[in-house]
Amino acid sequence: MTTISNPAPPAVNTSTLDLVGVSRWYGNVVAVNDVSMSLGPGVTGLLGPNGAGKTTLLHMMAGFLAPSRGTVTLDGGPTWRNPEVYRRLGLVSEREAVHSFLTAYEFVLATAKLHKLPDPQAAARRAIALVELEGAQDRRIGTYSKGMRQRARVAAALVHDPQVLLLDEPFNGMDPRQRLHMMGLLHSLGDAGRTILFSSHILEEVEQVSGTVQVMVAGRLAASGDFRTIRRLMTNRPHVFAIRSTDDRALAVALMAEPSVTGVELSRDGLTVRAGDYGAFTRVLPKVALARGVRVRQLIPEDESLESVFSYLVEA
Amino acid sequence: MSTVAWITARGLLGRRRFLLLLPLPALLVALAVLCRGLGVAPANWGPPVLVGLGLAVVLPVVALIVGTGVLGAEIDDGTVVHVLTTPLPRWQIVLPKLAVAIGVSAATVAVPLFAAGLLASSARLGLALAVAAALGAVAYSALFVAASLLTRRPVLLGLVYVLIWEGLLSNVVTGTRVLSIQHYVIALADRLAPTELLDTTVSVTVAAVMTALISVGFALLAINRLRSFSVAGETS
Repeated sequence: MTTISNPAPPAVNTSTLDLVGVSRWYGNVVAVNDVSMSLGPGVTGLLGPNGAGKTTLLHMMAGFLAPSRGTVTLDGGPTWRNPEVYRRLGLVSEREAVHSFLTAYEFVLATAKLHKLPDPQAAARRAIALVELEGAQDRRIGTYSKGMRQRARVAAALVHDPQVLLLDEPFNGMDPRQRLHMMGLLHSLGDAGRTILFSSHILEEVEQVSGTVQVMVAGRLAASGDFRTIRRLMTNRPHVFAIRSTDDRALAVALMAEPSVTGVELSRDGLTVRAGDYGAFTRVLPKVALARGVRVRQLIPEDESLESVFSYLVEA
Repeated sequence: MSTVAWITARGLLGRRRFLLLLPLPALLVALAVLCRGLGVAPANWGPPVLVGLGLAVVLPVVALIVGTGVLGAEIDDGTVVHVLTTPLPRWQIVLPKLAVAIGVSAATVAVPLFAAGLLASSARLGLALAVAAALGAVAYSALFVAASLLTRRPVLLGLVYVLIWEGLLSNVVTGTRVLSIQHYVIALADRLAPTELLDTTVSVTVAAVMTALISVGFALLAINRLRSFSVAGETS
């Protein structure tokens, strides 16, 4: 596991979500394996491929699932079987279920009333303005697009101005403009001292929104800390290419001389080349082949799936 | 009216499956009117229509549709999470939902039963049936709301109880009647308006005590289960 220390800003009227040795299993299947993290003010991205256990972890954070082992606490109090935490915590789950027979205003207002806020009408209007849904607030949610429904849910989760906001795949189904707006909203909430955690399986989303990232792979916390450092680890990992050419042996000899190549394996099926620098290798390969008069028939980058990128981090 | 009750009522009355509630009570009244109109002796049509259809089918099935609709439907589609991510004590979620379920079921069943009882014998029998059915609706609703939290298939569980336990077993194995809401309702109705048309099998005391026990017990169970409500595991 890779840990990069991240200086936290001084906490003033802020909340901290702490996970200590949290595991969750279903029968024989381990969904989350011994995860510890402490989330403070600012935006944190929870990154990982599908099935990595992000949703399970979020559900435990939000008090909708009991950890099989370990503890999840918000400012010292457990989140499981403790509805009081919802005074400080908001959740936007991945399932886009909403009471489709209500209008967005009715829905957010009802949520404000359930929170027993002193002025539910004002809170509802403020939350709807935050997600820029005023224009459609009196239409039934059933008539909304996916992105609009998502914003209505975010408004409901923000209506009591929680210190902590958890969002499961919040950008799913949003068009680019809505995505940009949501990113801006999360940024400003984080800058205002809120603790924001959102999950995503898309690297670029996390890159644009958060400086701090927690990477999950196969139920484990694979890396945590500053995004740029982790990104560098990801780009600098060795890349593997499968190559077939008219003269594999000659090409192998020539490639070994290149500094961007860290290893070459020659087999009956062709060459397997390990490159330390993705860009340099792909630029140099055509030149080398041309100079030796070798024709490259096939060049396949192996191992480019997000899963393999993530699992590389586990080993790093 | 509490916000939970308001959302529940809107969700229940707004869903299409609410329309499923209407044919059964209508059938009950239609049969009673038909029998009365044709001059059939009440002793002949009373028991099958009032008990066989009214108390054994209409009441539990309506209570099942409504009882699993107030909470089970929200668990099914995930909207329950919106209500649960609030600091409301869980009893303030379960009890309003239960109240809506009881109110809707009782109103849907009591009116046609009153009409059928009136046609079969007297206003007193009609009233007795209506009151007993309303009490039955309390017990059934508590049972089916709790079932929504005990299983992902509350309707199936409820149908097994209504059809197998009450419908089949309690007619064959007499001992099971002590645990049959249907028999409590019959006993209570007969106590309120003694009549030849109702064939009681359990004592009024047993019926009253058990109805109260079931109502309170399952309501408490539902509250406790909702405190530990878990969302289903990751599907992707």
